Amino acid sequence: MPFSLLQYGLRLKHRPFGDIPPTPDLKKSYDVVIIGGGGHGLAAAYYLANTHNITDVAVLEKGYLAGGNTARNTTTVRSNYLTAASIRFYREGVSLFETMSNDLGFNVMFSQRGQLTLAHSEATLRSFHLRAAMGQHMGARIEVVDVKTVRELCPHLNLDIGGQHEVIGGLWHADGGTARHDAVAWGYAKRASEKGVEIHQRTDVQAIATTGDRVTHIDTNRGRIHAGQVLQAAGGLNGQIAAMAGINLPIRCFPLQAMVTQPVKPFLDTLVSSANLHTYLVQSSRGEIVIGGGSDPYQLASTRSTLDQKEHLAEGAIHLFPFLHTIKVLRQWAGITDMTPDYSPIIGTSPLTNYWLDCGWGTWGFKATPVAGKRMAETIATGKVPDILHPFDLARFENFALLNEMGATAASH
Amino acid sequence: MKLLTCPINGARNITEFEYLGPVRNTDDGDQERLIAHLFFAPNPLGVMPEWWRHTPSNTVFVAERHTQTDAIIKTYLPPGGGDD
Repeated sequence: MPFSLLQYGLRLKHRPFGDIPPTPDLKKSYDVVIIGGGGHGLAAAYYLANTHNITDVAVLEKGYLAGGNTARNTTTVRSNYLTAASIRFYREGVSLFETMSNDLGFNVMFSQRGQLTLAHSEATLRSFHLRAAMGQHMGARIEVVDVKTVRELCPHLNLDIGGQHEVIGGLWHADGGTARHDAVAWGYAKRASEKGVEIHQRTDVQAIATTGDRVTHIDTNRGRIHAGQVLQAAGGLNGQIAAMAGINLPIRCFPLQAMVTQPVKPFLDTLVSSANLHTYLVQSSRGEIVIGGGSDPYQLASTRSTLDQKEHLAEGAIHLFPFLHTIKVLRQWAGITDMTPDYSPIIGTSPLTNYWLDCGWGTWGFKATPVAGKRMAETIATGKVPDILHPFDLARFENFALLNEMGATAASH
Repeated sequence: MKLLTCPINGARNITEFEYLGPVRNTDDGDQERLIAHLFFAPNPLGVMPEWWRHTPSNTVFVAERHTQTDAIIKTYLPPGGGDD
């Protein structure tokens, strides 16, 4: 491999190539139409084509490929949740990330460096014991660690001994990691389109027509298409898209804000998270410090940023790593998160028989990109929702069978 | 700094306020309405009436705010003392 790379590098005539073909004309109908060209939709398209040999698939993307929440998340991959159903599901997601670069032949730069969540109070520490016990029971690598171990894992961290946010322990999740979000989406897009999947960028869904309990066709800004089956994976505006199909979802829109600093030399080789400070940090492979994730305190379907939230993020980051006070912010942004009441996604069936949901990903969707894609493809191909997805069904709200994961995120409470 | 006008105390920094969610009614004797109240909160793209509380003075009132532009249209005390 290195020799061929050298040959490639020394070749005089380089032919540029695109990872995906230009957007083709829309056909009149497809076996499967996927609404949303982000990571989840593209992963589903890939598994439909690659695993289930269903290639008559169109992915409709309103903007450009993976330009919504796939581009705006903070790329944390982990499985340290509270409920057995969630841990089982997210663990499968982590294991798919472990082999993704090889599976796709596309470097997604997965770095399984572990995630350290900090406890500043006895109450937090107690919740960590619950999460560790649940995780170990489900086979994840997770343990509660003392301050000495926190110091060893993350020597630059300000432990604030005697201060207001003194670190008294941590939750160490060795399976945690990070991956390059664009590469994940483009890897799936490239391999899906090689198999014949059509990716339609700048294609806006404007109406969804139903007859009885079935979707019949979708009107877009580029024409009408008939669909055998439809998968909705539209990110922040999932509630609004579902409403076009007559489906009411328990989703509220909140912006989630994040930012990155200018690049510095590597000093942080774990993901660090503090629920008390509502802040988490990771150093990217470029050396930038990615700082997330402040949820706005009130509903809004906008990607605007606020000084309040950015100051809050900076305050948390500087508290944990005081020497960052001289670092400049390089970029900042917000994404629209589709929050559910129980902080778990809505995946699987809808009230329509040929319309499937991959929604409600709120602040926790990136890590589930491969597993949601794989399992939704299986659902569409077989017409049967696999057991691993059952707990995430939309019907859990009317049955009062919620899957509460509110305590398993540092992004918002 | 974004300002929100409390009907009692006038324009104040929005960080002085607590968001209490969209205005909605329920009936705990009616399961469907209860489920809608608990889990299916309004999430429109447009002007939405919502409950806010000015925390220092404990004033609960209604604000009509646009959920895409974040523009606050008007604020007022709830008619009938907040029972609706």
